Amino acid sequence: MKNREFIENLILNIISPLISIFIALFFGGIIIYLLGHNPWETYKEVINFALGNPNGWGYVLFNTTSFILAGLAVAIGFKGGLFNIGAEGQILVGGLISALAGLYIAPIFPSFLHLPITLIFSALGGAIWAFIPAILRARLGVHEVINTIMMNWIGYALTNYLVVNTFRERGVLYPLPQTDKLPSSAVLPKLYPIFQKIGINIPESNPVNYALVIAILMVIFTYYLLWKTKLGYEIRALGLNIHASENAGINVKNIILITMLISGAMAGLASINDVLGYRYRYLDNFSHGLGFTGIAVALLGKNHPIGIIFSALLFGALDRMAIGMDVFTHIPREIISVLQAVIILTIVVGNEVLIRFLKKRRKAIYA
Amino acid sequence: MEEIIRLEGITKYFPGVVANDNVSLTIYKGEIHAIVGENGAGKSTLMKIIYGLYKPDKGEIYINGKKVNINSPKIAISYGIGMVHQHFMLIPPFTVIENIILGSEVKNGISLNFKKAEETLNDIINSLGFKIDLYEKVENLSVGEAQRVEILKLLYRRAEILILDEPTAVLAPQEVEELFSILRKLSSQGKTIIFISHKLNEVLNISDRVSVMRRGKLVNTVNTKETNKFELAQMMVGREVFLKVDKAKREKGEEIFRVEDIWVRGRKGLDVVKGVSFNIREGEILGIAGVEGNGQSELIEAIVGLLPLKKGKILFKNKDITLERIRQRRLYFGHIPEDRHKRGLILDFSVAENCILGLHYFDRFSKGIFIDYSKVYKHANEIVEKYQVKTPSIKIPIRNLSGGNQQKIVLGRELSFSPDFLIAAQPTRGLDIGATEFVHQLLVDLRNQGKAVLLVSADLDEILNLSDRILVMYNGEIVGSFSQSEVDEKELGYYMTGVKKQTELKEALI
Repeated sequence: MKNREFIENLILNIISPLISIFIALFFGGIIIYLLGHNPWETYKEVINFALGNPNGWGYVLFNTTSFILAGLAVAIGFKGGLFNIGAEGQILVGGLISALAGLYIAPIFPSFLHLPITLIFSALGGAIWAFIPAILRARLGVHEVINTIMMNWIGYALTNYLVVNTFRERGVLYPLPQTDKLPSSAVLPKLYPIFQKIGINIPESNPVNYALVIAILMVIFTYYLLWKTKLGYEIRALGLNIHASENAGINVKNIILITMLISGAMAGLASINDVLGYRYRYLDNFSHGLGFTGIAVALLGKNHPIGIIFSALLFGALDRMAIGMDVFTHIPREIISVLQAVIILTIVVGNEVLIRFLKKRRKAIYA
Repeated sequence: MEEIIRLEGITKYFPGVVANDNVSLTIYKGEIHAIVGENGAGKSTLMKIIYGLYKPDKGEIYINGKKVNINSPKIAISYGIGMVHQHFMLIPPFTVIENIILGSEVKNGISLNFKKAEETLNDIINSLGFKIDLYEKVENLSVGEAQRVEILKLLYRRAEILILDEPTAVLAPQEVEELFSILRKLSSQGKTIIFISHKLNEVLNISDRVSVMRRGKLVNTVNTKETNKFELAQMMVGREVFLKVDKAKREKGEEIFRVEDIWVRGRKGLDVVKGVSFNIREGEILGIAGVEGNGQSELIEAIVGLLPLKKGKILFKNKDITLERIRQRRLYFGHIPEDRHKRGLILDFSVAENCILGLHYFDRFSKGIFIDYSKVYKHANEIVEKYQVKTPSIKIPIRNLSGGNQQKIVLGRELSFSPDFLIAAQPTRGLDIGATEFVHQLLVDLRNQGKAVLLVSADLDEILNLSDRILVMYNGEIVGSFSQSEVDEKELGYYMTGVKKQTELKEALI
């Protein structure tokens, strides 16, 4: 019995995504072929570019870092029955506040506190931006989907205004819409020295940085929060059955508020990979829809922290391959996005179909 | 007697179960044939096969001696078979006549010919001896009237065989009597009636013959005149059943719980509980009877703290708890919610996690901010053992357990902190006879230990069997109060339907 369950789980969690990926590559291949390219050669080149060398691995991990944090943010909301579409706005606000804290608040303190300050303010910024929809939902019952979407636009416009007009970089002839560079005491160091020490030769130019470590810590944090604490029990209870939660004496309004704030804080942290670990400054609209990709990452990862690691890795690799395709082939950028979407859809659909098939079989066997 | 339907060796498999196992049954023309059995015995499946909703995997159906293939309800109707479902299939904003002719409209060009339908219907109604306004909207009808519309719908389509799936589950006793008189008239007109129920009193009252089903098999078919309640119950369950609970007399104890003049505004903004007062003492079960929707649910929700009081006081052992929150109140009483799936359990949580729902913040289950799962599992195992819950593991989602086992988890959890007071709302709804017996015995045991129990139930047998005092709720008010010995089902029915009302409620506060 145990054995067959193990095999079924293996099929479901490892083999099914692999099959899905192959099906997706097959469909992608047809598209590439119709565009007049050789699918086999294209794939070989692109996969080799992303996964065939340490520099590629570093980039994949760099991409994965942001996806993990954004995915966790959305997943925490989902577990509490809240659809936080506002991660995008929370990332932008968190990123800007973090950069501003590094530039203007950190210098007041001794240098060993600079990095903690920027990190804390990134989470704080995200939480602040989630607070408004959270309070509207908890106290007045206004649906968070509408609130958070609107807050995205406000966040987008506000950060744009501030970084263009108020905090734009100084001392250059043609200033970009970005802040001044953060002091090196306030940013996240790169990870290449560690990788090089264990024999993986990631070059100095590679952007993978300590945000990856923070992301993994956050995976562990989220797991413990949701499945080991009283608060997590209440969040999950609320997400599954609000009536029973109410009856169990759970303060529904408070839990909605707290869940949304944690989700927002996690989204704010999703900014650090870019702001503190890569550019060392806030660039206008740096996130490019990261908050929305976070929704897909969370769903594909079944809202489970471990699942999110794998789905974030997949998205991270796909992003790297997209760049490879852009560099090595003449396939237009738009087609690359189409391919990415096809792969994700195939995996999601394929997994569902397989789950249903296995469930049916299970029932038939017990019959 | 002339046979009208003959089933031969009907077998139907569902994933995991044999819903009908080689069922053979003959039904005669003009008889009222009751089919009884516990939940999951296969009654409904068999009826759905006759009505063409399911296809049998094996077996044959003969109508008037001819072998037939009933692949859809449409074909069933063409053979004169009609079914009244438990949940009515009516469109509330349509009038009675619109609902009846829907699907078989007589047309004058593009407009509907109501006149012709009206004539036909009036003939049917007169022959059955009841009244109904054909141009009233269905949403304004009582449940009993809506059921008559369903029956008219079948007769309008010239049904000769009427299948009624638990028709009395939603009716007050007086309405049941009216339904039965209609069924008797139909039977005397030569219509055949198949009546599904698990209420043995009714079955004995109305039917000519009874078929008992258990675990998909037809146990026996007997003439109603030659059987009794105990024999039927035994056939249903497969062993001897004690329909009466033993209850020793008890002296009046200290007051445990009291509500004074409480008023509750419902979710639609109207007053749904209007000035209710009662108390419960140690060692007694107070039963609240009433047709559903007369304020009982809101009364309980207000006591538990889910709905705010508009006016009034709630006292636990003389302490005013009116302003306390749910979490504080939970320490005073256990609560079995009327809808365990909605309020009592989180179906996707494991059995163990459900065992601490509402108790999860207790110190005994935690280490600081963390839940101590080793203690939770120990607690869950204790409940599973003590209440003989059948589950392969305490770590599987509680969704996979049967209703009876789910209810045992709720009971075990609510009694695990030994409260002096238990609120039990519809505690045996949807449970089979075995589980019902178990719950009843448990409630009586609590009473015998000197605890107080508030029992709200739509099942009059349950109320009469268990309660020491009985209150009747109608339209948000307590309209009658009795000690157990001074009232019967029929009398309660008059109060439940608002026919009678006491001016002085001498048994409510003692």
